[in-house]
Amino acid sequence: MEDLVSVNNLTFSRGQRVIYQDISLRLAKGKTTAIMGPSGIGKTTLLKLIGGQLRPDSGDIVFKGESIPKMRRSRLFEVRRHMSMLFQSGALFTDMTVFDNVAFPLREHTRLSEELIRLLVLMKLQAVGLRGAADMLPSELSGGMARRAALARAIALDPELIMYDEPFAGQDPISMGVLVKLIKELNNALNLTSVVVTHDVTEVMSIADYVYILADKKIIGEGTPEQIRAHESPMVQQFLLGRADGPVPFHFPAQNLEQQLLERR
Amino acid sequence: MEWFARLGRSTLEISAGLGRAAYLLVGALFAKPQLKNIPLTIKQIYVVGVQSLLIIVVSGAFIGMVMALQGYTVLVDYGAEESLGPMVALSLLRELGPVVTALLFAGRAGSALTAEIGLMKATEQLSSLEMMAVDPLRRVIAPRLWAGIIAMPMLAVIFSAVGILGGQAVGVDWLGVDAGSYWSVMQASVEFEKDVGNGIIKSLVFAFIVTWIAVYKGYDSIPTSEGISKATTETVVYSSLAVLGVDFVLTALMFGTH
Ligand SMILES: Nc1ncnc2c1ncn2[C@@H]1O[C@H](COP(=O)(O)OP(=O)(O)O)[C@@H](O)[C@H]1O
Ligand SMILES: [Mg+2]
Repeated sequence: MEDLVSVNNLTFSRGQRVIYQDISLRLAKGKTTAIMGPSGIGKTTLLKLIGGQLRPDSGDIVFKGESIPKMRRSRLFEVRRHMSMLFQSGALFTDMTVFDNVAFPLREHTRLSEELIRLLVLMKLQAVGLRGAADMLPSELSGGMARRAALARAIALDPELIMYDEPFAGQDPISMGVLVKLIKELNNALNLTSVVVTHDVTEVMSIADYVYILADKKIIGEGTPEQIRAHESPMVQQFLLGRADGPVPFHFPAQNLEQQLLERR
Repeated sequence: MEWFARLGRSTLEISAGLGRAAYLLVGALFAKPQLKNIPLTIKQIYVVGVQSLLIIVVSGAFIGMVMALQGYTVLVDYGAEESLGPMVALSLLRELGPVVTALLFAGRAGSALTAEIGLMKATEQLSSLEMMAVDPLRRVIAPRLWAGIIAMPMLAVIFSAVGILGGQAVGVDWLGVDAGSYWSVMQASVEFEKDVGNGIIKSLVFAFIVTWIAVYKGYDSIPTSEGISKATTETVVYSSLAVLGVDFVLTALMFGTH
């Protein structure tokens, strides 16, 4: 199967702190890949690396046969028209209506007439069920609606790759269901390649074709959802079942408790 | 020894910050001009300019009135109250207009710019622009920078004009200086190029400094509530200090040697 993106032997650190140590993964074309891991492990960072907003310390990220870190800025901007990212917060422009938010990439990158743009925007809004909210401002939307509006904006230019950063975080069960359904449908209808970064195990297992699990700077498990469920690694099982303690420690590394309590300052 | 290391570290940090500020300036000002940016710039001129108008007019009026009152009590002892007009006008055009406008602008518009850009960063709007292949330096920073540079000199001119009228209200209408001499002696002693021109140059320089600091502080802020509040304070403090320091240098260059 062809890969749209491949990450090869990537190492990345923030200052002294290593976030990724020599990881490799692939996003198969037309499929939905899930990347799971606990908060703060560097999932958003990984998406920013793929989008070229951050540069790896070493290793390579290849998008459609071209190396993202080696691209010149102008080429990177061209390539970014083929990818889009749904940010955790939605990142809608707060000074524009929902309509103008969705129209923004079209007005920015195409020479379509306003009438055609209006048609396209209404279709995208229809797809996420927000045609009726076109004239509202982002501040008037609920969390789930804001995320759907951002999704309409993310698909405005018909990208090939769409990256979802924690699309389910902080959603009520109904909007969560709506989003799961939308991601699945969009991926099939538009022949998109999707990456979903999340820590919500059950939701993502139902839509992913392939799953990677991150812990401790590395990939600790990968496979189809069935393979992951049957994975023999205790770390993977701890993550899937949400047990507080196990091979992945509950406690952030620290000195011995008794010693610290008895220590005199 | 530790003191020395700290000095070295903060020198490095300051140089890195200046480098980032310069990068931002080059990216925003020397980018290919885009037609799309013109309406955005006009909107920002409205935001930073028109909304600062009231505070500028009120402050200008009071400063002109105070100047006339103070000036009169000194001048009248020497029987030189006909010099009140030039005294008020020259201090406003050369100094108080550009400087006080810049200080008020830093507090009113500069802090708002920093907070706005910082919040755009915190809510991932800047990142998402970049992922949509739109350069935030051109799209967000450039129009705000230009708007500040265009708006502030106009505000300074308005400040001085209102101040001179305020001076007239106190000096002529209240204290009884002859209206003819207030205006005619002022006209005779104010030189357009030297006084008005240099004042406008000063305020262009201040506009550049204040707006640059404001957008840089927002763009470079740590995207948390604490980080943004710190950046906003720093904008007001740094740009006020920079304006006062640069004012001394400019005054020495413009009016220092006779
Ligand atoms: N701009 C930044 N500067 C320094 N450290 C950062 C920055 N952004 C994120 N980090 C750190 O990198 C780590 C990974 O962050 P992130 O990718 O946001 O994690 P996740 O999305 O998995 O929760 C976190 O520990 C975070 O503190
Ligand atoms: Mg994250």
